[in-house]
Amino acid sequence: MKFNIKVWRQAGPNAKGGFKSYAVDGILPEMSLLEMLDVLNEQLTKQGEEPVAFDSDCREGICGTCGLVVNGMAHGSRLKCTTCELRMRHFEDGATVTIEPFRAKSFPIIKDLVVDRSAFDRIIAAGGYISVNAGSAPDANAVLVPKDIAEKAMDSAACIGCGACVAACPNASASLFVSAKITQFALLPQGQAERERRALRMVEQMDKEGFGNCSNHAECEAACPKGISIGNIATMRREYMRAAARYEERAEAAGAG
Amino acid sequence: MIKVAEEPILNANIPDGPIETKWKTHKANIKLVSPANKRKYTVIVVGTGLAGGSAAASLGELGYNVLNFCIQDTPRRAHSVAAQGGINAAKNYQNDGDSVWRLFYDTVKGGDFRAREANVYRLAEMSANIIDQCAAQGVPFAREYGGTLANRSFGGAQVSRTFYARGQTGQQLLLGCYSSLMRQVDAGRVKLFPRREMLDLVVVDGRARGIVCRNLVTGAIESYAADAVLLATGGYSTVFFLSTNAVNCNVTAAWRCHKRGAFFANPCYTQIHPTCIPLAGASQSKLTLMSESLRNDGRVWVPKNKGDKRPPSQIPEDERDYFLERLYPAFGNLVPRDIASRAAKRMCDTGYGVGNTGYAVYLDFSDAIQRLGRDVVRERYGNLFDMYHEITNESPYETPMRIYPAPHYTMGGLWVDYNLMSTIPGLHVLGEANFSDHGANRLGASALMQGLADGYFVIPYTLGHYLADSGVLKNKVTTDHPAFKEAAAAAAEQTKRLVGARGKKTVREFHWELGRIMWDHVGMSRNAKGLEGAIRDIRALREDFWKNVSVGGSDGDFNKNLEFAGRVADFMELGELMAIDALHRNESCGGHFREEYQTPEGEAMRDDKNFCYVGAWQWSGNASEPVLHKEDLEFDYVHLAQRSYK
Repeated sequence: MKFNIKVWRQAGPNAKGGFKSYAVDGILPEMSLLEMLDVLNEQLTKQGEEPVAFDSDCREGICGTCGLVVNGMAHGSRLKCTTCELRMRHFEDGATVTIEPFRAKSFPIIKDLVVDRSAFDRIIAAGGYISVNAGSAPDANAVLVPKDIAEKAMDSAACIGCGACVAACPNASASLFVSAKITQFALLPQGQAERERRALRMVEQMDKEGFGNCSNHAECEAACPKGISIGNIATMRREYMRAAARYEERAEAAGAG
Repeated sequence: MIKVAEEPILNANIPDGPIETKWKTHKANIKLVSPANKRKYTVIVVGTGLAGGSAAASLGELGYNVLNFCIQDTPRRAHSVAAQGGINAAKNYQNDGDSVWRLFYDTVKGGDFRAREANVYRLAEMSANIIDQCAAQGVPFAREYGGTLANRSFGGAQVSRTFYARGQTGQQLLLGCYSSLMRQVDAGRVKLFPRREMLDLVVVDGRARGIVCRNLVTGAIESYAADAVLLATGGYSTVFFLSTNAVNCNVTAAWRCHKRGAFFANPCYTQIHPTCIPLAGASQSKLTLMSESLRNDGRVWVPKNKGDKRPPSQIPEDERDYFLERLYPAFGNLVPRDIASRAAKRMCDTGYGVGNTGYAVYLDFSDAIQRLGRDVVRERYGNLFDMYHEITNESPYETPMRIYPAPHYTMGGLWVDYNLMSTIPGLHVLGEANFSDHGANRLGASALMQGLADGYFVIPYTLGHYLADSGVLKNKVTTDHPAFKEAAAAAAEQTKRLVGARGKKTVREFHWELGRIMWDHVGMSRNAKGLEGAIRDIRALREDFWKNVSVGGSDGDFNKNLEFAGRVADFMELGELMAIDALHRNESCGGHFREEYQTPEGEAMRDDKNFCYVGAWQWSGNASEPVLHKEDLEFDYVHLAQRSYK
């Protein structure tokens, strides 16, 4: 197969970027989009031109490293599919494929297609955890988790932190990412002790990072390679309201103020 | 001719006493660092996978100052994330006769009697605590209706002791670990350094005192000083180019430690995983694993007639050879990985393979779908089936999967003693990066267990002992020390040399060629002639690499080619050591299969009289002349026997 690749090139965070077109040939239908970029980069290296910078690692859709906007859609048009899993058989031979980085104010571009998603780490650090030091856990079966609850928690926990939800959202909101973590822990008995603090702090950090608000476009759900439901966002809102009311009560009762 | 050290016997510092009490006694005897003093120590942890992440989090919880480095953009993407099937623990929740003893026994036997008994016993003991810890972190393990934890079976065991979270167990355990790590980041006890690649270990007065790394965004060479260094940088399967590992997995950090004096143990012990999606084309960048858990319900077969090209649905039942069930009736499809891989290879080599290339066997779920229904099968394996479908364009619900073995895990690694310390005082090695617990073959669902045991429950004790005992606190070192300057200058020089290389071949072409040599001659099946040839070929390729490689770009910013070039340069040296190790080990054991040493049925034949030792190699300054040191292995509890899964 042959393709015309129209790809975003940008030398650095503050450089001016723009599209550049390249032709590639000999692409097999079973190759992934990233493998096509590998072919392009080999070609460029041989010509003495700088290869296109992009991030990828596991190449099986679980690490969340890769993330490109392909023909205008985060991770391309396949449902529940990461960029690294996107096979060229889904494209028409001879077509132009447009490839851009995830674009959002909170994901500054590092180079070409590589962006900085460390805002996600800071949101998790703000409360996306259950405080339990190594060695202090009770027997695992001492805390029962009904099967349906465990399954729902797993649905939310499946998030790979790729950021496609942000890239797809017209507001560049991180609500799907943040709500998936809040929901996972709100569902589980282990997550109850810090439930309010978690919701408040994570939402606060999300706002601080400059992500936009959710206005129910649901583009995030459509782009999510792991099928995370926007039902999580509804849960996050309830959790936030609930937390805002209760956390103050608890803080007052504890004399903290 | 191999050079063997005059004073060989490596001391593993295994505590005295019966195996059941060794760890307990050791914990009671080793030195402690008081809570008030812990914050005075700085510890570098390289790697944020299950071993590194759990170590960094746990040491932060204890109050140490932790500097945690990774090559990924965030700790949550370390390659542990890709583990699918599960994690073993001797909980005996199933009431099926499991115990610490049985897990210990299965692991020693599964490793074909080439692991250290005391380490394996400790690992089995800790397995239960790991599950407790992870459940408390909110890891959404699979549950029964009553809310208790569910289990499944994995290869090499006759009990059901594997805990899992759908087909994403590694991801969920890693996210649990990552959440604990980020909690420590928030508390200010762990400082994260993502997108950094360790390029050297700094040794001062014989002790590991810091690292030199390259900032993968700015290109800057950075130095960090500490009181101890923990390496948890994973395995080296990508030496084969095509493997199930992530494309950034590499041996560089471990290899640079090796060149600074850390012995590299059993490099030839590599695991070729039986159930991977077969190679489709020349531009493929990796092979995808299909979890071993699939062998719980999937049946492996090939046609009984050579070269039978009919589609699987048209091959009647009595013309199918369920060869694992036929050859190993007691374990059937759940034999250990090395056995299953070799059996599949044999079938394909003798002309029974399926698919376009003839290098694949079927993994068939039709019986399971009939017995359990589509929904139950989907619940157990849905995401794996989807993944297979997406890659091959075939639905495993309708037609059997085609699978073939692929490099997956490396049991070899830097040599460590019982305290997980390498031959360089202060340098500790955790998880897949060390060699310690799996012998010559790792059982499924044991890698996650080992990584987390090392990080959550071993190193928090043994590191304290080292710090208290070594007196490093009285002798603080900064990055102004000449050893740091020297290491940073060397790292900068190599980077400059690589980035300036303007030869005719790309880094990827060299890596591909090395991978072919490794797979053909140092892969699933090896012989002396092939290994000798491989050693020659690797040397020639290495020479050509430094003359002919083309890297390009700048060393002052994000440059993937440059990253890969440094890694491939190290693989060129490691590859030779793997071949040398494989050639010297005149026996077959676990994943190391030498064609000259097999039973009449084609099973691995060990030579306990001459090879019941760990082969730990010392860097001599020349990649072709490593020096062999031996750690004799003693089996006081599990008696040496020919492994049988019949």
